[in-house]
Amino acid sequence: MGDRQHQDGIVAGRLSAEDYARNFADLHPPLDAHEARVEADRCYFCYDAPCMHACPTSIDIPMFIRQIATGDPLGSAKTIFDQNILGGMCARVCPTETLCEEACVREEAEGKPVQIGRLQRYATDAAMAAGRQFYERAAPTGRRVAVVGAGPAGLACAHRLAMHGHAVTIYEAREKPGGLNEYGIAAYKTPGGFAQAEVDYVTAIGGITIENGKALGRELSLTGLAHDFDAVFLAMGLSGVNALKAQGEEAGGVENAVDYIAHLRQASDLSALPIGRRVVVIGGGMTAIDIAVQARLLGAEEVTICYRRGKEHMNASLWEQDLAASKGVVIRHWLQPRRIVAEGGRVKAIELEYTALSEGRLTGTGETLTLKADQVFKAIGQTFEPAALNGSGETVALEGGRIRVDAEGRTSMPKVWAGGDCVAGGDDLTVSAVAQGRDAAESIHRALMG
Amino acid sequence: MADIRSNFVGIKSPNPFWLASAPPTDKAYNVERAFKAGWGGVVWKTLGENPPVVNVNGPRYGAIWGADRRLLGFNNIELITDRDLYVNLREIKQVKKTWPDRALVVSLMVPCQEEAWKTILPLVEETEADGIELNFGCPHGMSERGMGSAVGQVPEYVEMVVRWCKQNTRMPVITKLTPNITDIRKPARAAHAGGTDAVSLINTINSITGVDLDNFAPQPAIDGKGTHGGYCGPAVKPIALNMVAEIARDPETRGLPISGIGGVTTWRDAAEFLALGAGNVQVCTAAMTYGFKIVQEMIEGLKNWMDAKGHASLDDVIGRAVPNVTDWQYLNLNYVTKARIDQDLCIKCGRCHIACEDTSHQAITSQVNGERRFEVIEEECVGCNLCVNVCPVEGCIEMVPLAAGSLDKRTGKVVSGDYANWTTHPNNPMKVAAE
Ligand SMILES: Cc1cc2nc3c(=O)[nH]c(=O)nc-3n(C[C@H](O)[C@H](O)[C@H](O)COP(=O)(O)OP(=O)(O)OC[C@H]3O[C@@H](n4cnc5c(N)ncnc54)[C@H](O)[C@@H]3O)c2cc1C
Ligand SMILES: Cc1cc2nc3c(=O)[nH]c(=O)nc-3n(C[C@H](O)[C@H](O)[C@H](O)COP(=O)(O)O)c2cc1C
Ligand code: SF4
Ligand code: SF4
Ligand code: SF4
Repeated sequence: MGDRQHQDGIVAGRLSAEDYARNFADLHPPLDAHEARVEADRCYFCYDAPCMHACPTSIDIPMFIRQIATGDPLGSAKTIFDQNILGGMCARVCPTETLCEEACVREEAEGKPVQIGRLQRYATDAAMAAGRQFYERAAPTGRRVAVVGAGPAGLACAHRLAMHGHAVTIYEAREKPGGLNEYGIAAYKTPGGFAQAEVDYVTAIGGITIENGKALGRELSLTGLAHDFDAVFLAMGLSGVNALKAQGEEAGGVENAVDYIAHLRQASDLSALPIGRRVVVIGGGMTAIDIAVQARLLGAEEVTICYRRGKEHMNASLWEQDLAASKGVVIRHWLQPRRIVAEGGRVKAIELEYTALSEGRLTGTGETLTLKADQVFKAIGQTFEPAALNGSGETVALEGGRIRVDAEGRTSMPKVWAGGDCVAGGDDLTVSAVAQGRDAAESIHRALMG
Repeated sequence: MADIRSNFVGIKSPNPFWLASAPPTDKAYNVERAFKAGWGGVVWKTLGENPPVVNVNGPRYGAIWGADRRLLGFNNIELITDRDLYVNLREIKQVKKTWPDRALVVSLMVPCQEEAWKTILPLVEETEADGIELNFGCPHGMSERGMGSAVGQVPEYVEMVVRWCKQNTRMPVITKLTPNITDIRKPARAAHAGGTDAVSLINTINSITGVDLDNFAPQPAIDGKGTHGGYCGPAVKPIALNMVAEIARDPETRGLPISGIGGVTTWRDAAEFLALGAGNVQVCTAAMTYGFKIVQEMIEGLKNWMDAKGHASLDDVIGRAVPNVTDWQYLNLNYVTKARIDQDLCIKCGRCHIACEDTSHQAITSQVNGERRFEVIEEECVGCNLCVNVCPVEGCIEMVPLAAGSLDKRTGKVVSGDYANWTTHPNNPMKVAAE
């Protein structure tokens, strides 16, 4: 424990170096060979396996597990990568408890699904450790495709396009590729620089150029890209953040959770990262859980998530909620922020109002609660910022504030496809972004070669 | 409480669980531990003439495994005891003295000459052991020297050696048979003719457990080379059960006491051997896998089952299944079953469907009204039991016999309550003429 453990305010170095190291170690440590064999043996090799249907990328799960069980981890990795080239990251970050593992028949049989995610990590780690590449580029087609955003959707699309022999340029606004894999995912889910290692692994196929620090709407325009390239894939994710709509929200110490997490993910020394003593998180999704847990792991004494609806309405899975509870986070329901209480321009407390559902509508009850806080995180959802799209001429049609696409990922604009968080109707998961990127690549390929 | 005391050819033991002649019974140290753990008897590791044989100094065991690396089959290229004959005899005498209530039988293998047997038998008698077992089973090493299965595979030799022994000792003689033979009844009949008091079976089965694919060496490998070893453990139980039953129901050997060996791992396995005519059982691999303590489960399990079923003593169980072993041609062809899936137990893995769909009779749905659901299509089901065997949930699929008078939807025929077998079937070119 550091000597600043109980200091009020937002201060760095609350913990000892060992505490930081322990707190931010792998949440699910990798399975060793013995554990993997024992776990793989549990799989029934189901027919038309339910787990496979529950995977947004439709990985042939029974097959890859059987390949582990028969001592062929590299063959297993190929089965995974055939469907999901970011299978390594997905193995770490997928909420398997609501995807494949929820559907596993052994969940129904004995409440203990096969640990598909950890087995997937076992196989993909083996392939990456061996530096084994399974795919070669097809003969160059001479076609060029621009991808905007080097997150999961962009990378998956680029890899599949490269496989088909197209030349891909990825334009990425940030300094590093990876999207939220690099800047957003909780640190304990993907430690050890895995996001960059995976980008290298994916791009090793060749034919993919990443240009960092180039943003659509800044250095580039959509009309320009559509003019210069044979096709464009938009995979920009969500860069806006919803406002709290609470009075005094501009006070010091009130921060966007995603910005703080991005900071944390890039920090080379966690002890230099200031965190509050009493932290309040507003929100009920994965981001709220992640910031709350990481605040605790950084040494915050009290972390309270306030969510304006009930437990059953939270976007964070039960598993995520339990994880937060196990790390000492308190989750409170039916509370919405009303006012930031500031002193000298810095947050001192937050005033919240109790809520209730009346006739299906959420309303404040008028009763309030004030929680002491020296830091407040807003985790009430990210939004798509369409401004980047608006060049001259044609614009891309939106739906519910995000890009409208058809089943193949085509936007309203010719030659332009989109996928991942920036499109309407998705579920904001890494694995879904990968599926959409891959499928859009196939659609682009058909369009270019047709 | 059921009485499981055993009297096998006059050899008494507090329970019917003996350790088979093998490493668990090679020394006084092991045998005393076994008796402390509760084993009813042992057959001492096979003795031979001095100087003792030598074993390989590399791996002598191989295995195959099931899920979770559960040992299913085991193999060895070990020979008979590699300890001095007189050391063994001294230990046998001492152990028998310390444990008078336990069965102590001595396994023997000496060259196929009467003199050799005449020499060793008095030495064994002197130990006051309860009996001898003739090892005609060992399939490797010893057989190359004209002993073990080299004798067991020639019924005439079996009969001859048994006769020598019966003539030269007062001790009960148990003849241990090799399964590496086409018809197990032949050596059993020969042993019977020679006057054996009992047979015990099976010894191990010739086998290679695998091949090391890095250096193409058969397993277990000694310096890159392998040889066939003797296979045993749970995987051989079905083979052993059949051989026991064949002897039990053979008119020539009916009533000959049998000591059942081969894959006995639980009380249930033991009860099955008893039901098929074994008077007691011998165990090796299970002990070598889990240690001697398993006998407690075997003893309690057997007693509990007997109590639950109202069997007072072993005699109530021994041989009870023998009358139900018959030839294929006498099976009732009018007995019709259909698989039935208990939807509450079904976990929807789909294995029954794909097994039946790909390799059997397309009799299980994968979807009903667009929902994932596995139901038997009675019109197609031939009642083969494949789905039952591949279902991971015990009791989830049941084979239900159709009542006489009901319709078999597959054949469109009404099920007859009469017994009718192949011998009278119209398709049988050699059918018995109808009366
Ligand atoms: C805090 C947090 C935690 C999460 N945890 C999980 C989790 O545990 N499991 C899970 O499955 N999902 C999680 N998600 C969701 C998941 O990260 C996203 O669904 C996924 O990253 C979406 O991929 P994407 O490629 O569409 O977008 P992003 O990953 O957001 O990538 C978009 C990329 O485009 C770049 N970009 C943006 N605008 C421009 C522009 N104008 N020009 C050029 N480049 C641009 C961005 O810099 C970024 O690199 C989490 C999200 C957050 C915010
Ligand atoms: C249900 C069943 C029926 C079989 N019928 C025959 C047969 O008619 N003729 C034959 O030569 N082998 C038959 N076999 C043996 C198989 O061809 C094969 O030799 C045996 O199953 C061993 O292979 P395996 O255990 O690796 O599957 C049969 C096997 C099974 C399981
Ligand atoms: S549902 Fe579970 S048991 Fe069945 S194939 Fe998938 S992981 Fe294996
Ligand atoms: S018993 Fe055989 S034929 Fe009938 S459903 Fe089962 S597998 Fe199919
Ligand atoms: S094998 Fe058994 S558990 Fe699996 S679907 Fe069939 S009946 Fe259900």
